[in-house]
Amino acid sequence: MTTQRVIDADVHCTVPNARALFPYLSEYWIETIEQTGFNGATDNYYPNGSALSARPGSVPESGPAGSNLDLLRSQVLDAQNVELAILNCAYAVDGVKNPYGAAAMASAANDWISAEWLEKEPRLRASIVVPSHYPDLAVKEIDRVGGHPGFVQVFLPGRSERPYGNRRYFPIFEAIVRHDLVAGIQFGGAPGVPPTASGWPTYYAEEAVGMSHVFQTQLTSLIAEGTFAEFPDLRVTMVEGGWTWLPSLMWRMDKNWKALRREIPWTTMAPSDYIREHVRFTTQPVDAPANPKHLRQIVDQLGSDDLLMYSTDYPHWHAEEPESILSIALSEERIQKIMSENARAWYRLT
Amino acid sequence: MARYVVGTVDDIPPGGRKIVEIGGRTVGVFNVNGEYFAVLNRCPHQGGSLCSGRQSGLVQSNRPGEYSFSRSGEIVRCPWHGWEFDLRTGQSWFDPRAVRVRRYDVSVEPGSVLVTELDDLAPPPAEPGTSPAEVAAQGCGTPDPAMGGRAKGPYVAETFPVVVEQQYVIVDTGRRG
Amino acid sequence: MVMTATRPESSGAVRPTLVDGDIHTTFASSAIAKKYLATRWHEYYDQYGKFGYQGFTYPKDTPNAARHDAFPPEGGPPGSSLPFLREQLLDEWGIDLAINNPLTHSQLNRNPGFSEALCQAINDWQLAEWTEPEPRVKASITVPAEYGEAAAREIDRLGPNPNYVQVLMSIRTVEPLGRPKYWPIYEAAERHGLPIGIHFGGHGGHPITGTGAPSYYFEYHSGMSQSFQSQVISFIYEGVFERFPNLKMVMIEGGFAWLPPLAWRLDSHWKRLRRDLPHLTRLPSEVIHDHIWLTTQPMEEPDRPEHFVELLEQGNLYDRLMFATDYPHWDFDAPSDALPKIKLPDGFEQKLFFENALGFYRLPDVYQRPVTSR
Repeated sequence: MTTQRVIDADVHCTVPNARALFPYLSEYWIETIEQTGFNGATDNYYPNGSALSARPGSVPESGPAGSNLDLLRSQVLDAQNVELAILNCAYAVDGVKNPYGAAAMASAANDWISAEWLEKEPRLRASIVVPSHYPDLAVKEIDRVGGHPGFVQVFLPGRSERPYGNRRYFPIFEAIVRHDLVAGIQFGGAPGVPPTASGWPTYYAEEAVGMSHVFQTQLTSLIAEGTFAEFPDLRVTMVEGGWTWLPSLMWRMDKNWKALRREIPWTTMAPSDYIREHVRFTTQPVDAPANPKHLRQIVDQLGSDDLLMYSTDYPHWHAEEPESILSIALSEERIQKIMSENARAWYRLT
Repeated sequence: MARYVVGTVDDIPPGGRKIVEIGGRTVGVFNVNGEYFAVLNRCPHQGGSLCSGRQSGLVQSNRPGEYSFSRSGEIVRCPWHGWEFDLRTGQSWFDPRAVRVRRYDVSVEPGSVLVTELDDLAPPPAEPGTSPAEVAAQGCGTPDPAMGGRAKGPYVAETFPVVVEQQYVIVDTGRRG
Repeated sequence: MVMTATRPESSGAVRPTLVDGDIHTTFASSAIAKKYLATRWHEYYDQYGKFGYQGFTYPKDTPNAARHDAFPPEGGPPGSSLPFLREQLLDEWGIDLAINNPLTHSQLNRNPGFSEALCQAINDWQLAEWTEPEPRVKASITVPAEYGEAAAREIDRLGPNPNYVQVLMSIRTVEPLGRPKYWPIYEAAERHGLPIGIHFGGHGGHPITGTGAPSYYFEYHSGMSQSFQSQVISFIYEGVFERFPNLKMVMIEGGFAWLPPLAWRLDSHWKRLRRDLPHLTRLPSEVIHDHIWLTTQPMEEPDRPEHFVELLEQGNLYDRLMFATDYPHWDFDAPSDALPKIKLPDGFEQKLFFENALGFYRLPDVYQRPVTSR
């Protein structure tokens, strides 16, 4: 690993609490937090204490896993000789229904990311936190900080009120493209709609596993609604949703497109071609089959070597180690694409 | 291989269609605004009866919400999975180069010409049952290079007699799409 | 491979070689429905029909979501005519046995009494107008799935009748299907030795995806596999098969390529989250293999046919797939042409076309083929 170039396409920072954002909030919102019971974004896609949320040793002495830059350095950046890492802050402002509260907390989070992470660690690039459930306010925030060279992506929670292809979200993608950013659709989301077509599951484990079918819905939507026709330069990353399900989704969508294209005539090529052109996937969690031969088959079935971008998903903890992706026995060139070059090209990293 | 009479022009008016068995194939013949088209009645996907499907226009679009509608009736959609085929070219919409259905040339000819050709082509019968009119009820003859590749003998008119006053729709299975 | 369309010409004991895992018959008219529906509900039926969930209309590209050529010549909707079913499906393809799945989607009826009554009517109608005159057609017990006790009653009423080969439910429900409200249905089915068929469609009153309502039928249809995935997650992590160890299920009309990657993901997450799921004692992928079958329609169509064979191996699916046409719907799979044009593993087609279904449904491997008019 040390001789290889490594770009980590998904590491997380965690806002420890609302107080941490006080330096970046107005007096009104500080007083609101101190006096009214409002506590910023309180929904949490990664419950404290869940085994998935924090790998052993990643919880600092004070604060939650992911809130400590030194640990990120020692456990990831230095440990794996990472050249650059994309920092994703899963601060659940989408669960805040007050539009201006959501927007204020998002802005504060971005200023905190900038001051506490980007300015202190040159190996980091970050995603912009936005009130995605209020598209016009999300655009305002993207316009406010999108020019900052440290921000390369906009964080869109994996679950949303409507699938992301819905035209109400077009202004967000317009702003993303205008600032030459990537749309990063990520594990999580607190939109206030059920996580399945049949309501709310009993266990967190079901919701966590179920994120993969939610990502499938989002991809289907982006294609059906013509988001890539409307925004031909749009780049989308699917972060932390798995990817071994992708061939099966491509086959299904391509088959249905041949039959139903008339309903969505702006879809002028096969859905799988749109995906190969406009979408990338971080590798962790690998969700690997027991037989490594099958994982190799999936990688080949993707039909493109450009799609996968290595990630640790630090500090989250999955059954396979991130490096297990290397066990697939691909050529050195294909491995290097996954380990760094696909991300370098995708995020235009120099 | 041969030209086949598939009906009178009245049998296939504008907006109409007819599915016929000719030379061992099932072929759908369509009249779209006075123009005739013919394609093999077998979808290349799973073998469905393509020509039983809906005829629609061509819908194109460059961006969401935009619908550019043209060529009403010139697209046939397989009744099974809805694959769109251009009646003019036999090409599928989604992969015009690789996925297509065979098309055939169609022409309209007056009965007077057909009847004359029947008389010209057939030598005097040596045996009963081989007069032009009788042979006209049977299968096609074999292509004769001396006749420019056209089948010797009369056109096949399976279920109806050719009369001078009518106009007939002819499908040529020798010229492939 | 070629499925020769054999036209049954004489009666006699034959071995089925083509089982259709999914066909849909429907009432020719509301008058026929009322023949079997309890009188007390006739007025309600005329006034409200299915009082279901509004605001979720996705026109299905063709009327009745049917093949355009499936409208019976005598009139009535596709799937309403037994003579036409024989002609266009059973005799045309040489189908020996077909599993009938009438799409009541009982949970679309928010009135519990009506839901129960309609299911009873559908079940009685199936027997009287389809299975009894045409033994090639097997019946399914439709149940008011949102009302577990009523559903169990209906399973108890009809379970002993071998003409009913499964309990039929729908994949979109009010709660995830692993939850306790549905357990009385599983208990009754297991007790009668009946498998449960869970079919594409239905509605639970929620948006049809886990991230809100989409806009297009393309998304509705493609997205059904996501509903199947969420329900399999629920069955597995709720421990339904630990609780009902003899229960078997078939996922109908969802395709099957989504299952292997889901099984891997269920295994990975179970390894991390075992502490949260103490009632689970086995690896999810093993439980799936022991308890879940799938019909193949809509058949998966990878660009490269060799990927189809890889898929079978990845999911260990040889013994778990059952062929289905889904007649009369537009996404019909033709027995002769639905499989990819590639050499398939030895013995696979036999399993797919009849062995797996005969075993799963415990159908006799010899039956009396009827005389037909052809």
